[in-house]
Amino acid sequence: MTSIGTGYDLSNSVFSPDGRNFQVEYAVKAVENGGTAIGIRCKDGVVLALEKLIHSRLLKKDANKRIATVDRKVGVVSAGLLPDGRHFVSRARDEAAQWRSIYKSPIPTSSLADRMGGYVQAYTLYSSVRPFGVTAIVGGWDSEAELGVDGQVGSGPKVGAGGKREGAKSGGPYLYMIEPSGLYWGYYGAATGKGRQAAKAELEKLNLADGEISLEQGVKEAARIIYVAHEDSKDKEFELEMTWVSSLEGPTKGHHQEVPKALREEAERLAKKSLEPEDEEEEARVEGGDRMEE
Amino acid sequence: MNHFPHGWGRPRDDVYGAYNHAYLQPDGSKQHTQSPIVTGTSVIAVKFKDGVVIAADNLASYGSLARFTDVKRLRRFNSRVVLGFGGDVSDMQHLDRLLSTLSIREDYSSTASESDNAARELNARNLHTYLAKVMYKRRSEFNPLWNAILVVGLDGESQPFLATVDLLGTTFSAPTLATGFGAHLAQPILRRAVPDEAAVAEMTREKAVGVVRECMKVLFYRDARSIDKYSMAVVEKEKEVELVEDEQLEQQSWAFAEGIKGYGTQTV
Repeated sequence: MTSIGTGYDLSNSVFSPDGRNFQVEYAVKAVENGGTAIGIRCKDGVVLALEKLIHSRLLKKDANKRIATVDRKVGVVSAGLLPDGRHFVSRARDEAAQWRSIYKSPIPTSSLADRMGGYVQAYTLYSSVRPFGVTAIVGGWDSEAELGVDGQVGSGPKVGAGGKREGAKSGGPYLYMIEPSGLYWGYYGAATGKGRQAAKAELEKLNLADGEISLEQGVKEAARIIYVAHEDSKDKEFELEMTWVSSLEGPTKGHHQEVPKALREEAERLAKKSLEPEDEEEEARVEGGDRMEE
Repeated sequence: MNHFPHGWGRPRDDVYGAYNHAYLQPDGSKQHTQSPIVTGTSVIAVKFKDGVVIAADNLASYGSLARFTDVKRLRRFNSRVVLGFGGDVSDMQHLDRLLSTLSIREDYSSTASESDNAARELNARNLHTYLAKVMYKRRSEFNPLWNAILVVGLDGESQPFLATVDLLGTTFSAPTLATGFGAHLAQPILRRAVPDEAAVAEMTREKAVGVVRECMKVLFYRDARSIDKYSMAVVEKEKEVELVEDEQLEQQSWAFAEGIKGYGTQTV
């Protein structure tokens, strides 16, 4: 940080004379120490990936999952203070449940991001609380099919006023990132945590805005990007945690799930290979992307 | 249980006499459900060697009016549990939502990897226990959920499971079960095919489906709150649930109706 707070950093909800809230900025610092987390919005789904730093050899391998599910089709991954991330998820689940109890349908990813943005922002307003020490990436799939309300038993009249627009498309993949200030944007690719700069540079190369990249490619890219982002802190061990959510026709049938072990290991193998010193022949094979059978 | 849902759970007038309203004035105070409004009729199910077949017609009646004719009363819960609801349709919807909330919460707490995911999913026995507690709690509050429910599927040992729970929280399990009018009309036919657990081991899926179809036909002939469109589901070991919601009764014969005397405008 370029300047110190000179007294304006002691309390939340107090601006400095040049219009900054130092507590929020310090929260961002906490995030920048966390393991890298990324999200990729592919054409047929969303991939979330996390560089889970292993701080003890006594921890069981592949246990202690960090990417959480909210409702059925949204995933949340965060970088920063772990307990804050847990609380964020818990609140997101409450919001999703409340939405369901009112509207009898799953919460749209955008609405969840909006509500969580509002919630996180509230923690910048009061001197009795501190801001969230996490930046959370929220990825989900809003159903493209016409959903009935929960508990619906029939289809209703076949003819008459329905107010439906012919050929209207709805749903799709959504990705948001919510920062300690409560700021959130929708992204094609999002990265946070220690390796975010390297990860962002890699994400930009993927031209995600074109909407060309498939979910399986996304999984492989996500694994590779986490490995690239880990280069700077190579001395530390880490586990790659990856989840995805696809369309109803896709591999997860609209649910947020862990990426199957076989596919994840394949993606890791390719990621490690791509980091090895240049070898023309090898490189060509990786680029060709030998597809996993599903 | 008989076919008059408004009588379910009440002291029978012919045994106890009509209720004396002087004891309790219903007006002004909070009223719980006194009778179901929109109702579904029988649900029937039978076990076979590797699974269970369940069926219910697609009608929701408003009293004696066939009000809604494409109501799906069989609900798939997960890859190994299907529920069949008789009785009040709005209470069924309430339960449906309750169960989807339950299933979402269950998924939060299961940190299982993909391989043992199925083992951690709620099985039919779990779900039956849960529903029995919900139903019993509600009847103990004098505010019952007015349903008769069949829970079919596979239990924790992946064996076929079939049990019922009703609005009083009464639970029961047998190789064949039927709710509502089906308890009178279908159950004897089902029992003839599958008298006991030993017979379940001999029962094939095809035969089970056959006898259920036969029962649905009998129910349509004789139950005036039924319709000839029905849903049928089969839960079988190591298979996905098969749920068909637009079955049509085939090969009906109303020849017998000619011979029926003693009601309507006929002179006997």
